[in-house]
Amino acid sequence: MPKQAQFRWTRSLLLAAGAVALASAPAFAQGWQPSKPVTFIIPAGTGGGADQMARFIQGIVSKHNLMTQPFVVVNKAGGAGAEGFLDVKGSKGDPHKIIITLSNLFTTPLATGTPFNWKDLTPVAMLALDQFVLWVNAESPYKTAKEYIAAVKGGADRQFKMAGTGSKQEDQIITVALERITGGKKFTYIPFAGGGAVAVQLVGNHVNSTVNNPIEAVAQWRAGKLRPLCIFDGKRSIYTNKVTQTMAWSDIPTCKESGVDVEYQMLRGIFMPAGVTKDQVAFYVGLFQKVRETPEWKKFMEDGAFNQTFMAGDEYAKWVEAAEKTHFELMKEAGFLAKK
Amino acid sequence: MSDREGGPEGPRLISVRTMDIVVALMMLGAAAIVISDSLRLGMGWQELVGPQSGYFPFYIGLILAGASAINLLRAVFDTRGAQKTFTTKPAVLQVLAVLIPLVIYVAAVYYIGTYVASAIYMALFMWYFGKYAIWRGALVGLAVSFAFFLMFEIWFLVPLPKGPIDDPLVPIISGFLRSLGLY
Amino acid sequence: MEEIASLLSGFGVVLTPFNILLMLVGIVLGVVIGVLPGLGGANGVAILLPLTFSLAQLPGGKTSAIILLSCIYWGALFGGAITSILFNIPGEPWSVATTFDGHPMARQGRADQALTAAFTSSFVGALLAVIVITFFAPLVARFALSFDTPELFAVQFLTFASFVGVDRAPPFKTIAAMALGFALASAGFDSVTGTLRMTFGFNDLVNGFPFLVAVIGLFGIGEILRTMEQGLAFRGVHAKINPKAVIQTWGRLVRHWSTALMGSFIGCWMGIKPGGATPASFMSYGLARRFAKNPEAFGKGEIRGVVAPETAAHAAGTTALLPMLTLGIPGSPTAAVLLGGLLIWGLQPGPLLFIEQKDFVWGLIASMYLGNVVGLLIVLTCVPLFAAILRIPFSIIAPAIMILCAIGAYTANNAMFNLWMVVMFGVIGYVFVKLDYPLAPLVLALVLGDKAEEAFRQSMLKSQGSLSIFWSNWLVGIIMSLGVLLLFWPIISRAIALARGRTRVADAPT
Repeated sequence: MPKQAQFRWTRSLLLAAGAVALASAPAFAQGWQPSKPVTFIIPAGTGGGADQMARFIQGIVSKHNLMTQPFVVVNKAGGAGAEGFLDVKGSKGDPHKIIITLSNLFTTPLATGTPFNWKDLTPVAMLALDQFVLWVNAESPYKTAKEYIAAVKGGADRQFKMAGTGSKQEDQIITVALERITGGKKFTYIPFAGGGAVAVQLVGNHVNSTVNNPIEAVAQWRAGKLRPLCIFDGKRSIYTNKVTQTMAWSDIPTCKESGVDVEYQMLRGIFMPAGVTKDQVAFYVGLFQKVRETPEWKKFMEDGAFNQTFMAGDEYAKWVEAAEKTHFELMKEAGFLAKK
Repeated sequence: MSDREGGPEGPRLISVRTMDIVVALMMLGAAAIVISDSLRLGMGWQELVGPQSGYFPFYIGLILAGASAINLLRAVFDTRGAQKTFTTKPAVLQVLAVLIPLVIYVAAVYYIGTYVASAIYMALFMWYFGKYAIWRGALVGLAVSFAFFLMFEIWFLVPLPKGPIDDPLVPIISGFLRSLGLY
Repeated sequence: MEEIASLLSGFGVVLTPFNILLMLVGIVLGVVIGVLPGLGGANGVAILLPLTFSLAQLPGGKTSAIILLSCIYWGALFGGAITSILFNIPGEPWSVATTFDGHPMARQGRADQALTAAFTSSFVGALLAVIVITFFAPLVARFALSFDTPELFAVQFLTFASFVGVDRAPPFKTIAAMALGFALASAGFDSVTGTLRMTFGFNDLVNGFPFLVAVIGLFGIGEILRTMEQGLAFRGVHAKINPKAVIQTWGRLVRHWSTALMGSFIGCWMGIKPGGATPASFMSYGLARRFAKNPEAFGKGEIRGVVAPETAAHAAGTTALLPMLTLGIPGSPTAAVLLGGLLIWGLQPGPLLFIEQKDFVWGLIASMYLGNVVGLLIVLTCVPLFAAILRIPFSIIAPAIMILCAIGAYTANNAMFNLWMVVMFGVIGYVFVKLDYPLAPLVLALVLGDKAEEAFRQSMLKSQGSLSIFWSNWLVGIIMSLGVLLLFWPIISRAIALARGRTRVADAPT
C-alpha cells in the first residue's frame, strides 16, 4: 500500500472511530433524534458560498441517509444576514433549527448595530475555514504580492481599485488590513452583491484586484484569466493536485512569505438557538462528523481549497470568542463600527 | 360621467377630492420621513464611500414632496373632484367586509398557524359571501388547506408558519405518506 | 458548422426515455412553482437540488440532473403568466408586466387567448434565445464581460426611460407614484455602505419592502378589494371555453411578429448580463406601447401587451444561463442556484466548461430546445383547464386567492411581517387605482431602484464623483444617449408633429 494512501486510511479510521464514539455517546444518555424536519437557515442569498455549502450538506445527508428527517433549507439574507440570525435568536430552545454562518455573524451586528451576538446562539461545530486569495488579472504585470503592493505604494492615492463582496464585511476588512502596508495609499473599495460579480469585474479589467474566495475565482484561474498572488493564511494550502496546467493550490505562496503580513480566514460553522440540551447539540456534532467523512465532502473541500479544521464544544466556543474580538478590533480600526 | 361603472349605488361617503387630499398628505408625510432619515445618514459625498447612504433617498424624498405638494394643491382647488364619488357607504361596507376578516386572518396565522387559519377563513368567507352551507365551506376549506399543506410542507419542504394544531401534524402526515410509499 | 454537429450529438445525449420523463416532471413541477406566487424558479431549483445529488453520479447523470433542474426553470417561466392573467397576481416578478393587458383580457372573457398568447410568446422568446446561445456563446460571453457598472446603470436608466410616460395618468401623480417606489426600494439594508436605512429600529424592516410582496398586494389583493366593492361579480365568469382558441389565437399572433422579435431581442440582451428578466419585460412592454400606432389600446386587453413582456422575459431567462456556463457568473438568481448545482455535481462552470464538458454543455443546450417544446405542449393543452378556473364561483376563488397571496408574501423571504405588508399594499393598490395613481411606475421604481442606485454609486466610486463616466466609452455612451432620447421622446415626437404642421387629434376611445 502506498504510504500516503495508508496514512489517509489510518486517519479516516481514527476519525470514523471518533465519529462512532461521538454517535454512541448520546446513546447512553438517551440519544436525541429530530422528530420533524430540521430548518437549516442560510443568512445569505441563494447561490453564494454559504448557500452552496448548506445545500451540499443537505444533499449529502439525504443521499447517505444520515438523518431520519429531512433538512429544509431557508435563505434569510435580509440586512446582511441579520434576518437569519434574528430568527435563530428568537427561536430559543428549538432543537429543529440550525444556521450556517459566515463572517457576517461578527460583522453585521458590529457594522449595523442589529441586536444579536453569537452568544445568543449555541455553537455546534466548525465545518471548515474558507480561504481568501489576492487575485489580479492575468494580463496585469504583477507576478507577486510584493510587486503589486509596491505598485500601490508608488501609485496615486485611491488609484487602485479593489472589488469585493459586501460592505464592511470580510473583503473590505482584508482591504483595510492591506492598507496598513501600502504607505498610506488607500484602495478604492467597490462593493458588489456576490463573489461571481466581483470575479467578473476583475476578468473584465474593470478593477485591479480582488480577494475572492478560491471557489469564486477558480474557474477563471484555470482559464488563464486571473492570477493568484498570495493566500491570506498562516501556511500554504494542503492541496497538491494541479488545478491549472502548472499550479496547485499549494503553489500559491502565503501573503506573509510574500512580505504582506495579513491573515484572514472565514468561519463556515454551524450554530443552534440558545437553550438547547447537550444531547441535541451532540446529535448535530455527530451528524456533521459523518458528513465530513463522505467522499463528496472531501472533494468539495479540495475544489474550494478549504482549510479543513474541525472544532466542536468548548474549543469551538473559544475560537468564536477570539474571532469576535479580532473582528471588533479590525473593524474599530477601520472605522466600520455602527454609530451608536 | 362621474361615477365608475357598476358598484353599489348609494349616498356618497367620501369624494374623490377628499381622498386625493388625504393621499397627498400621507405621501408628504412619507417624504418627510425619507428626507429626515436621509439627513441623518448623510446625503453628500464622502471620501472612499462615494455618495452617502442618504444621497439617493434624499433627492427622491424631495421629488416625492414636490409632486405631492402639487397634487395636494390641485386636489384642494379641484371642484369637479368634490362632485365625484370615491366611494359610497354600501361600497365601503363591502370592502371592509373583506378587509377586516383578512386582517383577522393574518393575525390568526400568527397564533394558530397558516393551515388552520386558512381553512377557517375559507369556510367563513364561503358561508358569509357565497351563502354556502357552513359544512360545505368547511369541507372546501379543509381541502384547500390540505392541498397547500402537501405542497409546501411535504413536497417542496417550504415551511409555512404553523401553530399548536398544524405543527404536530407535519410528522404524522409525512410519516403516513411515507408508509404508503408516496413520499 | 461545428455548432450544428455538436448540437446533434447533444440531442443524442438527451433523447433517452428517462431524460424525457425527467423533462416532463421538471416542467410540471416548474409550472406549479411558477403559479405559486412567492415560490420562484430559484426556490424551485434550490429545493430540488439536493435530490439531483445521487442522480448526478450515475453515468450521464449530470446531463439528466441539469435537464431536470432547467426544466423546472422553463416551467416556472411559463407558469408565472397563469395567475397574472387569471387573477392579476404576478406569480413571478417577470410576469408583472403581463398583468397589464393579460388580466383585462381575462376579464373580457378572453383568458384562453391571453394564456395562449403568453405561452406561445414565451416559447418564441426562449427559442430565439437558445439559437443565440447555440451559435454565439463565446461572442456573447465576451460582450458580457465588457459590461462595467456604468453600463449597468445605463441599462437600468434605459429600462426606466422606455417605460415612463407610456401611461396617461396625471403627470404629477405618475411622478409621485414613481418617487414612492424609489423611496420604498431604498428602505432596508444599504449594500454599498452596509448601513440600515429608514428602518427606525424595526428589525422587520431590515429586508426593506420586497418587490414580490409589494406586487402581490398592489395587484392581487387590490384587485380583489375593487371587485368586492362592485359586488362580487368577477366579469370573467362568462368565459366560454373554446377548444379552437389556441389555433385562432395563433392566427392573430402571426401579425405581431415584429413585437415578438423586439421583445426577444431585448430579452436576449438583458438576460446576458445586466438587467435580467424583470426589467426586460418592462422595457419590452414600454417600447411596444410607445411605438404602437394605437398606444391607447394598451392596458385594456391588447394582445401585444402580453406578447411583448412574455417574449422578453423568457428570452432573458434563457440567456441568463449563458454567463453562468461560460463565465461562471450567474445572470439571475435561478442561474446562481444552478451554478451551485454544477459545483456540487463536480462540474466547474467557466471558460473551460465548453471544452472539458462538451457532452454536458451540448446536452444542456439540446435540452433547452426540447424542454421548451415539451413545456409549450404541456401548458397549451392545459389552457382550457386554466381558463376553466375562472368559472369557479367568486366566493370560493376569492378567499383562495387571498390565502395564496398571504402564503406568497410569506414565502417571498419567509417573514411573518410580510403578511402585514401585503395587506397594506393591497389597500394602497385599491386606493391608488381609484385615484388614478399609476401602479406600473411604482413597481418599476421598486424593482429597479436598488440596483440602479447601487450601480450609480459604484460608478461614482470608480470615477471619484465625475458623471462623465456615463459617456466614457461607446457602449455606455450609446445606451445612455438612447435613454435620454426615450425619456424626452413624448416631447420630441410632439415637436416633430408640430414641425410637420399637423397636430394629432386627441385619441378617441376605441
